Amino acid sequence: MPAAGPDRELMQATDASALSQPAVRPLGRARPRWGERAIQGLLFLCAAVSVVTTVCIVVALVEPTISFFGEVPIGDFLFGTEWAPLFSPPSFGVLPLITATLTTTFVALCVCIPAGLGAAIYLSEYAHPRARKVLKPVLEILAGIPTVVYGFFALTFLTPLLQDVWPGFLGDPPQIFNMLAAGLVMGVMILPTVASLSEDALTAVPQALREGAYGMGASKMQVATRIVVPAALSGIVASFVLGISRAVGETMIVLVAAGGTPNLSFIPTEPGQTMTAFIAAAGIGDQPTGSVGYKTLFAVGSTLFVATLLMNVLSIRLVRKYREVYE
Amino acid sequence: MSTVDAPIGRGPQSDRVKGTLFRLALLSSLALGLITLIALLADVVISGAARLNGDLLTNFPSGIPENAGAQSAIFGTIWVIGLTGLMCIPVGVGAAIYLEEYADRERWWNRAIELNIQNLAAVPSIVYGILGLAFLVRGAFGLGQVVLAGAMTLALLVLPIVIIASREAIRAVPPSIREGSMALGATKWQTIRRQVLPGAIPGIATGSILALSRAIGEAAPLVLLGALTFITFNPEGLDSAFTVLPIQIFNWISRPQEEFQTLAAAAIVVLLVILLTMNAAAILLRNRYQRKW
Repeated sequence: MPAAGPDRELMQATDASALSQPAVRPLGRARPRWGERAIQGLLFLCAAVSVVTTVCIVVALVEPTISFFGEVPIGDFLFGTEWAPLFSPPSFGVLPLITATLTTTFVALCVCIPAGLGAAIYLSEYAHPRARKVLKPVLEILAGIPTVVYGFFALTFLTPLLQDVWPGFLGDPPQIFNMLAAGLVMGVMILPTVASLSEDALTAVPQALREGAYGMGASKMQVATRIVVPAALSGIVASFVLGISRAVGETMIVLVAAGGTPNLSFIPTEPGQTMTAFIAAAGIGDQPTGSVGYKTLFAVGSTLFVATLLMNVLSIRLVRKYREVYE
Repeated sequence: MSTVDAPIGRGPQSDRVKGTLFRLALLSSLALGLITLIALLADVVISGAARLNGDLLTNFPSGIPENAGAQSAIFGTIWVIGLTGLMCIPVGVGAAIYLEEYADRERWWNRAIELNIQNLAAVPSIVYGILGLAFLVRGAFGLGQVVLAGAMTLALLVLPIVIIASREAIRAVPPSIREGSMALGATKWQTIRRQVLPGAIPGIATGSILALSRAIGEAAPLVLLGALTFITFNPEGLDSAFTVLPIQIFNWISRPQEEFQTLAAAAIVVLLVILLTMNAAAILLRNRYQRKW
């Protein structure tokens, strides 16, 4: 039952409407309430803001991108191996930005996929409810730390640490700016996203499946790895896909810790410039509107937007799939 | 065949060892997160300790590290985030009410809005920066690199978070409350305003605080909006140039001198204290006022 406050208000509301209604009124359609209609329209407009945002993002990206490709052949953009838009003559091969994005993303995934899934399995299958109540908010704190702070941590703590403990047989130690530290820290940043989405999927698996397996004599580990994880697989994959999308779109960590030089290389100890870092750096450079330098920002932005959009849609579909099966 | 003969009770020893190792592996995944969190907090506090004093809060940025402070960044953050909240909370709650109380899910446009919001929540923040740059700073609105443009960009960025959290809070109010209100003759809007919203306020407030704390830490879109320029004054209005804490931190990190790194660490401590306070407030609010129906 509602508390005293709303209750009293409700009484007043009914009193008021009782007074305003004529005593005898035929049943049937109520008179149209224009105020109610107006409110509904206003609320619809609020919801429509999100659609307008998407449309504006697409419009903002498409027009300069098309005019960019009018000046730079699309083949040179996609397959060129040198990215130097501000040199003369400029070259617009996006491959170095893509290799850096793939390298940092891959390093991040090496951290966040096993650790995120491990944390999710522990929270859903092993942890005492009281332990879960403490651990989940702590993971949420990890997700709430600003990315520029993670960048600082990668640059001033992790990179020196890696340089100190680097074993010789792995080759040259990481440079001051390197994709390895950026990727590792990014992995920890994404860990809570993967963990919490995977945990949702794991807890949605019906208890009967677990009990059935226990009844057949399975151990706790067998239940977790052979029953619960396969049953929740689409949700778990969705969390991985969203993790990849987050890693590809992350900006500040790579901007701070991975350096600002485009580098066609998959070696994580070297510096590199990701697509996001390029966009940010181009923005800092304050290009005049309409120049090719200004348009490159949008061309790279479109590439990034399309890539993350595809992954997000895939992830949303996968989540729907397990919800349909179990909920 | 040996399993048939095994005595009932505990499984073979190798299974128990495997089980223990598995449990340890799971625990170490959680530990990785916790250890990083502790290392990160310790790192910034230790690196920044030398500059954690009043000067940091009261001085303006300066080329001389000893004199530099973050006052303009702190005031810029207050301006921008206050304005972000004013814009995104009403719109976000309105959208959530529409989607939960009015929208007919059979209609394609309502499903499109829902899918679109889920999608927007995962768009990289730098893309919002591009949007802000193209439409708000230059182009159609041409506001320039000002407080209003920054706040509008951040409001769009966190809008999906506010909508998703508010929808959950509204959905948690049981239908019986609505039916009771309607049965007593209240109109739909009266029901929402006097019954549903009061019940959903704690959830909405928690979600809004978390959304704003995300906005406070966001630097990437504002870098594109030109908030990185050297600002030695507090914002005086919506059309004033500005900088914010994460941007000021980024600025200091990218300078070569050791003293600026210390300054960056000290400013990070200030930023984290603000964020942790907001998070704690959100959690308290949730635990204290959330009603079990």
